[in-house]
This record gives sequence, C-alpha cells and structure tokens, in this order.
Amino acid sequence: MSEPLLQVKNLKTYFYLEGKKVAKAVDGVDIHVHPGETVALVGESGSGKSVTSLSILKLINKPGKIEDGRIILNGTDITPLSEKQMAKIRGKEISMVFQEPMTALNPVFTIGNQLKETIRKHTRVSKAEAERKAIELLKLVGFPRAEDTMKEYPHQLSGGMRQRAMIAIAISCDPKLLIADEPTTALDVTIQAQILELLNEMKDKLNMGVLLITHDLGVVAEYADRVMVMYGGQIVEETTVKNLFLHPKHPYTQGLLDSLPSLEKEVDRLGAISGMVPPAYDFPSGCRFSDRCRHVMEKCRTEIPDLKPIQTGHNVRCCLYE
Amino acid sequence: MTQKTDHILEARNIKKYFPIKGGIMKRTVGHIKAVDDLSLSIVKGETLGIVGESGSGKSTLGRVILRLLEPTDGRIYFENEDISKLKNRQLRPLRRDMQIVFQDPYASLNPKMNVQELIEEPLLVQTSIKKRIREEKAISLLEKVGLRADDRLKYPHEFSGGQRQRISIARALSLNPKFVVCDEPVSSLDVSIQAQVLNLMADLQEELNLTYLFIAHDLSVVKHISDRLAVMYLGRLAEIAPKKNLYENPLHPYTQALLSSVPSTDVLNRRQKIILKGDLPSPANPPSGCGFRTRCPKAHDRCAVERPELMDAGEGHMVACHLYA
Repeated sequence: MSEPLLQVKNLKTYFYLEGKKVAKAVDGVDIHVHPGETVALVGESGSGKSVTSLSILKLINKPGKIEDGRIILNGTDITPLSEKQMAKIRGKEISMVFQEPMTALNPVFTIGNQLKETIRKHTRVSKAEAERKAIELLKLVGFPRAEDTMKEYPHQLSGGMRQRAMIAIAISCDPKLLIADEPTTALDVTIQAQILELLNEMKDKLNMGVLLITHDLGVVAEYADRVMVMYGGQIVEETTVKNLFLHPKHPYTQGLLDSLPSLEKEVDRLGAISGMVPPAYDFPSGCRFSDRCRHVMEKCRTEIPDLKPIQTGHNVRCCLYE
Repeated sequence: MTQKTDHILEARNIKKYFPIKGGIMKRTVGHIKAVDDLSLSIVKGETLGIVGESGSGKSTLGRVILRLLEPTDGRIYFENEDISKLKNRQLRPLRRDMQIVFQDPYASLNPKMNVQELIEEPLLVQTSIKKRIREEKAISLLEKVGLRADDRLKYPHEFSGGQRQRISIARALSLNPKFVVCDEPVSSLDVSIQAQVLNLMADLQEELNLTYLFIAHDLSVVKHISDRLAVMYLGRLAEIAPKKNLYENPLHPYTQALLSSVPSTDVLNRRQKIILKGDLPSPANPPSGCGFRTRCPKAHDRCAVERPELMDAGEGHMVACHLYA
C-alpha cells in the first residue's frame, strides 16, 4: 500500500474551562488517510469529530490547546510549524469544506473575488490567469453560467449552489487532502445527493484523500471507504465500511445502527441507546461508553480499553473483546 | 355544513399566499404560494407523515391546519366542524384538542420559565384546575415523557436537546389533545436521542389515542412513524398513499427521485440513484403546468401547459402526474 497522505498520531486536544474543568474533546486519536481514499469520521454531537478536523489544520484557539500528538502530512511533521507556515498549507495542501456555506463564505465579496483570492494567495499567476482558472473551476463544479456566477454574491445563490462554490474554492489549488466537515447536513436530500456525487468525482479527478466528517451513517455507507466511529473524544471502532455495517462490534456502533430508522426494513421499535453523550469534562473514569452500554461489566468502570485489532483492518476499543 | 366521517381533520383546497411587498409604497407586487390548492384528510388515530424539501410548504400547511396562520382560501374541518372562519375567541376551546410540537426546543421554550411553569401554562390558560392538581398533573406528565419529578424546578437551559423536546411534548400533551402537529420534532437531535424521542411519541400515541400530523424532511424517520404519507412539492401534493405503497411503489417521478437520494446503510444492495438537476424553483414564480417539470427526468410537452390533478391509482394511492392520466 502507498505511503499515507495524512497520519495523525495520538492527537490530544483539551479545552481548559472555568473552574479548573478540562474538556478532553479529543483524547488520543490516530488517523491515516491515503491518496484517493475517503475516510469517514462518524459520531454524534460532542464526540469530538469537528475538533479533530480543526486540530489537523491547527485551528484551535484558546481556551483550547493541542496537548499532544503529531500530524504528519506527506511525510513531513506539521505539528511544530508556525502560524505563518500553516497559512501556506491551509487551502493549498489541506482544504476544508464546512457545514454552513453561508457563514463560511464572505457575504461582502463576490464568488469570483473569493475564488481568485485563494488562487492568487497560493500560486504565482496573473490576474487574468486567475480569472480564467476561477471560471474553469466554477464550470467544473456545475455552474452552467460560470461567468455570471463570478459576479454574484453568496446570498444570491441557493444552499446547494453555495456549497458548490465552497467546493470550487477548496479544490482551487489542487489540495492533497480535503476535509469535509458535515458538507451536506444543511442541504435537502436531493441536493445532498448532487453534492456528494460532486465531491466523489473531484476526489477521483484530483486523487485527493478525503476526511469526511459526518453524523449521517447513510452518507458514510455510500461514500466512504473506511470509517472510524468516535465517542467521547476517542475512536471506538475502525474498519472498512462494509465490515462496519455488516459486522459492527462495539456496543456503541451496534446501538447507533439499531437506532437508525431505515427505508429498507420495517421495525416496530427503534433500538435506542439509553442516556446521552457525557460532557467532555465529565467522562466516566473507565470506558467512556460504560454508563450507556448494555454489556457493561465490572472492569469497564475502572479501565479504559485500548483500541485493538480483532482481525486485520478491524479495530475495536471494548473490554468485551479483550 | 357537517358530515359524518371518521376523519378527525379535513382540509379542502387550502391556499396560503404570502404577499411580497415592494417599492416605496410597499405595494403587493406578487405572492409566495406556500400552499397552493391542497386537500387532504386525516383519520382518527393515524399518523399522516408529510415530507418535502425546504420551501415545499409543509410547515405552512401544518400551521394553517391549526389556524395559527390564516388560510388565504379553503376550508378546514376539525371533527366535522368547519373551523376555517372561526374567530380567535371561538377557536380557543378547540386549542385544547389541537396542539403542536415545534422543531427547535431551544426556541420554543421560554427560558425564563421553569419546567413546572412551562407544563402548567396551558392548564392555567385553558382550565380552572386548582394549583395542587396542576402540580400533580405536571409531575405525572414529566414522568410520562421520561423525565424525573425533581426536574420540574429546573430551567430549559439545564437540559439537553432531547430532554427539551420531551418537555415540549409534555407541554403539548397537558390538555389531553386529540390531534398533534409535529413539525420536525426530531430533526435537531442526534440519532440515538432521536430514536428515544420517536419511541416515546409512538408509545404516547398508543396510550392516549392521539392522531399525529408528522412533518419532516427525513424520509426514513417519517416512514418509521407514519401510517400514510404525503409528498409535497412547491405547495402542492405530488403523491399521497399508505406507507407501504409509497415506499414500495412510488409513482410520482419526484417521489422516486427523493427515495433514491436517501443515503442507505445497506452496503450489499445499492439502490440506483436518480440525481435531480437544479434546485426547487421559487414559490413566488412557480413553473407553468406541473411544478416539478423543470427538474423532472420524464417531463413532456403536456407538463408545461396543464397542471396535473391528484388522481386515484387504487388502494388509497393518489398521484398528481400526467404519466398516469
């Protein structure tokens, strides 16, 4: 297998809150993404998936801090880089597509302006050349009247079109890694299908690695190659998409899949997981899922299990498999 | 006019147009046709699901049916009584029977009231029940929706999204309503919490013999909870059918595309996706003829000139499409 494009090793991002509370939002996460691969990071609100993605771009501000871990991009450790050096990587080597395109785009500049700004920031091209490239990109992501769109402001576009514009900006400098943080959550399902198809197409075309952050297991099943399930700031299960949906091992993954209503099968009652996600400053001392787990045992309350392989390419963090 | 049916609610030719004001004189320059000549009926004890994308008019419909919004035209019958022309004062006793649960439990609960006050408020407005009984009622409702009696003195900010939605449900149920409009009640919740709330709503329906109008954009959620389903597009019904028929044999090209777009967790059997082009047209300036024709993969000449009416396809399955005429 090829060298991983992105390697995240033992990432820890903590937030220091009032009253000496420490929120361990990300607590020892390992990720690797290969070129041309889509890796999904799935979890509910508060699981730490967004903080993970922001940490990879080193976009963590006070009271948050990256406590530990290394982020290696294409064999180079980017953890020690300064803010100035990071600015050269963001948008060039690693790009990001956010959930809400209306807040991610600047409302007072035209789409064309924002595209050209990114292109000119990272590559040495003339204004005319940037203009030509911007129009080409807009056509690529499906704007039929790209020349007109260049002159339009974000509010003149629909939600789906804004997300297309965001994608155009994100891929404008041929990034090697694209982080898509809930890229379709704000969109209707028919538009979601359009955008996910577009992301997939762009991934193949540019041979990017994609880190897809989502809460939607259906999106994971259809668009990812590998998946990591996050709970309480840790990866609790990691395997291929097929394996996860056919043979889920962690009780949390099993619970999530049972609680999902589906179009295919008919159930009387959904298998809900009792309780709720604990806040990141107040995790149970042992396994972080222990309070909600159906199979909880004595030792789950005291020790945090390690993420261990139960077979090749299938890792689970659970005392049941020790 | 009255008639005897087992319908708890019937809406006939409902129109809701919102004026668009323009110019310095703020004259009406056009209309947003949020609901445009829509008829449906809801049988006692059933759950009718309404699905549609943003801008399809599903929330407006829910509010017009409850007379929270004035219909521009059309009639609404609740328990065979025409309520479309009733004055606010005359509507008030009916409000006991018709309630609503909103999408956003962060916006729909007054942050300055504690849980007890929130749940008691409808009782205070509508009844003359004594304080002690109101308190007992609030506690029993809290327990019914899976919260603890101790929670009654807490304020909304002390609860999570799922718990807040439970409070909203307790509040809606405090007057023993017969009919509840649920407007995206679980869309802002995580899946594991969503499942808890959906199970709760199903239990309460059975226990209290409620009728639901369940509005949502998530097709899997609607399918799970509903008996019958209506698909809305640009203020009109595209299709309405018992759940099994709609999911197994969708007739309208829009329903077909909508169902195929839902990402599926079935990794062994991949559905063929129908990817629609473009966005929902503006309800201020809908296309001529069939509203869906601009995105329809099967549109033909007739669709641009003639608006398809809802017609019977058998077994309670109705569809508005020229393909079946």
